Amino acid sequence: MSLSQRQLALLLIAPGLALVAALFLYPLCFSLISAFTDPDGGFSLQAFAKAYELYSGDIFFTVVIVVTSCALTALVAVAIAGTLTLGENPWIVGTLRALYRWPLFIPFIVAAQCMRTFLAKNGLMNNTFVSLGLMEPLQAVSYLDWRGIIATFVWKQTPFVALLLAGALAALDRATLEAGRNLGASRLRVLIELALPQVLPTLLVALVLSFVTMLSVLSVPMMVAGSQPTMLTVDMAFRINAYGDYATANALGVITYLISAGAAILYLRHGMTKETAS
Amino acid sequence: MIRAASLLRASLASALLVVFAFLLFGPLANLALWSVAERWYTPYKLPVVYGTRYWEQVFRPTGDAMASLGTSIWIAILTVLIALALSVPAGYALGRLKLPMRALFMIVFLLPQAFPSVAIYINVARIFYHLGINGTVLGVVLVHAAHGLVYSVWIAAAAFAAVDKDLELAARNIGASALRTFFTVTLPLAAPGIIASGIFVFLESLDEFTGTFFVGVPQVITLPLLLYNAAMGGNYQVASITALILLVPSVLFMLFIERFLRADVLAKVGS
Repeated sequence: MSLSQRQLALLLIAPGLALVAALFLYPLCFSLISAFTDPDGGFSLQAFAKAYELYSGDIFFTVVIVVTSCALTALVAVAIAGTLTLGENPWIVGTLRALYRWPLFIPFIVAAQCMRTFLAKNGLMNNTFVSLGLMEPLQAVSYLDWRGIIATFVWKQTPFVALLLAGALAALDRATLEAGRNLGASRLRVLIELALPQVLPTLLVALVLSFVTMLSVLSVPMMVAGSQPTMLTVDMAFRINAYGDYATANALGVITYLISAGAAILYLRHGMTKETAS
Repeated sequence: MIRAASLLRASLASALLVVFAFLLFGPLANLALWSVAERWYTPYKLPVVYGTRYWEQVFRPTGDAMASLGTSIWIAILTVLIALALSVPAGYALGRLKLPMRALFMIVFLLPQAFPSVAIYINVARIFYHLGINGTVLGVVLVHAAHGLVYSVWIAAAAFAAVDKDLELAARNIGASALRTFFTVTLPLAAPGIIASGIFVFLESLDEFTGTFFVGVPQVITLPLLLYNAAMGGNYQVASITALILLVPSVLFMLFIERFLRADVLAKVGS
C-alpha cells in the first residue's frame, strides 16, 4: 500500500502533535475544568470568588507590573533600534550594537539573582551612586519590590524586542527615510513619523510575546520581591505547595489566560483595523 | 558654533551610553563580585575578603553543584534527542509536504509558549503524580521537550523549506530512491538549521526553571533549582557561582547565533 503525500505528512507530524496534546492541551482542559467545578463536581464559580477575595490586589498588581514593564521595554527598545538604524556616529552605533544584546539568552533566574544583589539597599547600584557623590549613604533604599520586578523584566526583555525591531527597521526602504532627512526632519521625527509606523506590527508581536513571558515567569517575582503584594504566578505556586488547593490555583490560572488573551485581542484588533483601512 | 553643538551632542550620547552600559553590566558585575567574596557585609562597598573558597566548594567532585550540573546536562541531552526525533519528521512535513491545515499545525506547536505556563505546569505535575513520573528525569525531560518543540519544529521546517528542490530532483533522476534522497541530499543540507534548533532546545532545557520547579522536585535538582535553593537559603556565593555557570552557554550562544542560523533559514522561520 502506498501512502498519499497528505497521509505521509500527517503521519510524520503526528508524534509531535501528540506530545503537545498530552502535555499542553490535556493539562489546559484539566485547569479549566478544575477552575469551574465545586468540590462535589458540579459547575460553580466559587473558586473564582475565593481567588478574587484573596488575590484581587495581586491581580491588579500583576497587570500594572506587566503593562508598565512592556511600556518601558518598548520605549528603550525603540531608542536602541532607532539609534542603530539612524545613528550617524559610527563609534556610538558600533558600541551600542556590541552591548545591547547581552541579556538576550540569559535565563530569567540568573537575571533575578543579578538584580537581587544589584538593586539591594547595599547593592552595587546604590554603592556606586554613593561613591560618585550622587547620593548620601542614608538615602539608599532597597528596590527589591515592584520596582525590582519591573527593572528585571525590562533588563531581560529589551534586547529581544530591540533585536526584532532593529531587524525590521534595517529592512525598510532607506530612500524614504533619507528623503525625510533631506526635507529637514530631525532624526527623532523621522523615527517616530516615518519609520515606526511601518514596523509597528513587528513591535506589537514582540511586545505580546514579552507580555505572555512576563506573566509566566515564576523565578523573578519570587526572588526579587519576596513579600506581598506579589504576582499571580507566585500565588498559584503558593496555593499548590502550601494548601494543595488546585481549584483556586486554577481559577488564578484562568485569570492569567484572560489577561494574556486581552493582550492578544488588542494585537489582533490592531491588525484588523489596519486591514479594513487598507 | 555648529562644531560645538555636534561636540556637545556626541558627548551627551557618550554619557547616555555609559549609563546604559552601567545598567546593563552592573548586575552582572555584582554577580561576579559575589562569587569571589568570602566575606562581604555592610557598610563595605566592596567585598572585605576575596577568595575562591566557594568556587572550590562548588566544584568539589562530590558537591551538590557537580551533581546538579550532571543532572542538567543529562536532561538537556535527552530533551534534545526527543525534540529532534519529533521535529525532524514534523519539520519535513511542514516545510516540504502538502499538509492540510498547515497554519493551524504551526500554531499548535507555538501554543505551549503562548500561554502563561505556571497554570499548565501545576496540572502537568498533578497528571504526572498519578502516572508516577513526578520527580523523575523522564517527567522533566517530557516537560522540557514540549516547551522546546516550537523552536525545533519551526526552525526545522524553515531549514527544510530552504533546501533547493532541484537538488532532490537531480538525485531522483539519477535513480536514488525517495528515502535515499532524503538521507543523502535533503537532510545533510538542512543539517545546519537542525543543529541550531538543537542548540536552542539544549539551552532552553538548561535554563528552564518553572516546569522543573513543579514537576521535578524534590528529587530532580537541576542547576536553576540549585541556584534558587541557594539564593533563598541566603548563600549568595553559591547562588552567584551557579548563575555564572549558567551564563557561559547563554552568552556564547548570543555571540555566535548568527553563525548557527543562516539568514535564508532565519527569514523562513514561522512562515
